[in-house]
Amino acid sequence: MANLTASVRNIGRNPIIWPLLALALLMIFNLIAIPGFFSIEFHDGRLFGSVVDILKNASPLAIIALGMTLVIALEGIDISVGSVLAIAGAMGIFMLDGYPTWIAILAALGIGVLCGLWNGMLISILGIQPMVATLILLTIGRGIAQLITGGRIIDTTSASYTFLGKGYFLGLPIQAFLILIVFALLYVLKTRTAFGLFVESVGGSKTASRYAGIRPRSIMMISYAIVGACASVAGIIVSANLGSADANNAGLWIELDAILAVVIGGTSMRGGRFYLGGTVIGALFIQSLTTTIYSLGVPAESILLVKAIVVILVCLIQSEAFRKLFVPVGKKAIIE
Amino acid sequence: MKRQRKPLLALIALLVMTMLATACGGNNNGGNKGSSPAPASAETPSSSKASEEPSPSASNGKLVVGFAQIGQESGWRDAETASVKETFEGDPGFELKFSDAQQKQENQIKAIRTFIAQKVDAIALAPVVESGWETVLKEAKDAGIPVFLLDRGITKGNEDLYVSFIGSDFILEGQNAAKWMIDELGADAQVNIVQLEGTVGASAANDRKKGFEDAIKDHAGYKIVYSQTGDFTRAKGKEVMEAYLKKDKNIQAVYAHNDDMALGAIQAIEEAGLKPGTDIKIIGVDGIKPAFEAIAAGKMNVTVECNPLLGPQLKQAILDTKAGTKLEKWIKSDEDVYSGQKAIDALPNRKY
Repeated sequence: MANLTASVRNIGRNPIIWPLLALALLMIFNLIAIPGFFSIEFHDGRLFGSVVDILKNASPLAIIALGMTLVIALEGIDISVGSVLAIAGAMGIFMLDGYPTWIAILAALGIGVLCGLWNGMLISILGIQPMVATLILLTIGRGIAQLITGGRIIDTTSASYTFLGKGYFLGLPIQAFLILIVFALLYVLKTRTAFGLFVESVGGSKTASRYAGIRPRSIMMISYAIVGACASVAGIIVSANLGSADANNAGLWIELDAILAVVIGGTSMRGGRFYLGGTVIGALFIQSLTTTIYSLGVPAESILLVKAIVVILVCLIQSEAFRKLFVPVGKKAIIE
Repeated sequence: MKRQRKPLLALIALLVMTMLATACGGNNNGGNKGSSPAPASAETPSSSKASEEPSPSASNGKLVVGFAQIGQESGWRDAETASVKETFEGDPGFELKFSDAQQKQENQIKAIRTFIAQKVDAIALAPVVESGWETVLKEAKDAGIPVFLLDRGITKGNEDLYVSFIGSDFILEGQNAAKWMIDELGADAQVNIVQLEGTVGASAANDRKKGFEDAIKDHAGYKIVYSQTGDFTRAKGKEVMEAYLKKDKNIQAVYAHNDDMALGAIQAIEEAGLKPGTDIKIIGVDGIKPAFEAIAAGKMNVTVECNPLLGPQLKQAILDTKAGTKLEKWIKSDEDVYSGQKAIDALPNRKY
């Protein structure tokens, strides 16, 4: 009995349990409310179904949110990711006109990393507050993307490029694997190198880290460059999925969803510890919510309201003070 | 720490230079997007022919028209600007003074005041917002200069401040879309329709919805089984369509409030293994070039034009006013419906 209580308490302490619980509740709701939500068809060597759609459409958000987790762990933020996504997508499609696919992809990644370094420089070297520093690129980023596209939607028919947004591998959309790759890379960086520890340390206390011999500046530079790279991967996916780049609308407001995914995933905006797995669950939750809303046929005018209510509920579940209102003494009630 | 400084400084320099280079490129490409304020470009009219004459108005019998455009915002508006410029600069009887307001009402107001000071013969205005025009349009009226509104209206109750509004009738566009569909599929057919709405609250979305829904009301077989906003974008149009196709594939038509959402829906339908254009009829609004290409490829059926080429109608309205003809308060822009061979024939001439 004491063992059980202890293990329940441990589960309750693990922050990933709350986003998982939210996602599970949403899925149970879908199972009951939307007939055929979990049905999956198999034809042309591909899987079709709402769940596959969620994996596919969550990928830009999940990948950006993974990068965002690092800078939020550093007590920073990057609100320019949507604009960087638009720039990278525009760059990719623009370069396809006359250059091979791999150059287009490298150019898109390169410009994303450059944008990330720019943010990192403003924040780590010039000491500008992250919100303000990335606000700059948020604003001018779409302008840069518009310059690249010439103010109109440009498109491509390159099959090798659009494969990154439309292709299937082993019956699953390629985006699912891209989430996995980015997650694996960052996870290895976090657990197998000192980098993850440094990030948590700098996020916890910059001064203490400096005295301990860590260079907060380089850690920040690298982290913002990683967010930039993540945003450009997302940009490539979005533009490849549609076969076109829309400077005005690609990735609009995705920064807010990404921050939400990170926070739902259990990483605190005050910096310190971060949870990559939680972030992915958070992103999947947000996309599942969108897909649920479309499948349910919620009237267009009420979509934002429904989303807001669900997000409030999730935040309440996460709040320890709120949970204590219902479970004042023991932690047993959590199992139910 | 000292050791670290130099490469970092070099990096700053590099980044700043890159950004500057981008910014310079911006000025070259962006044309009017430089720092020079709009009135400056109004004072130096873009038609080079007359730029040296100190007071060109009426000096050589030409009609001088001032056009206060919003700025560059979309391919649609660029096409409108090009149409007005072409119409007046190609006509020896006219002279155009063009002002780009860079999306700012204050710049448009300044431009109109400059036009009044230059005693132009007519002012055309594409108002960036609805309200706040009373004072400056009153000044134009007092100066005896007729004002024409292009493609967007101003707050109701100010109809005496302008001669005519030249623009689209979104309700009519919705009706035309429904009419094409009913003609094509037959009045008694059983048709399940998915409607992709524009941005919630946008007048184009509200009216295109109203016109379409009113027009199919009398045909019992025509049912909108699903209606959802796609925010006028390809990405959202595709996502919404994907979600609905997972639930129900028994759809005969998709009506999208703009062509971009229709193009997104086409992709979703293809990926679900159906044939857009054949299995499911695709109806869009706007008449952008990619929609004509999709019609030519057999993936889309029809696009209801929302015409930005208002130059010729503006010119006619100005001539009529000068001749003393009484004009309609709302001159509806010439709009057509393009499908099949007609669209393919029109494709090479599409400008936007």
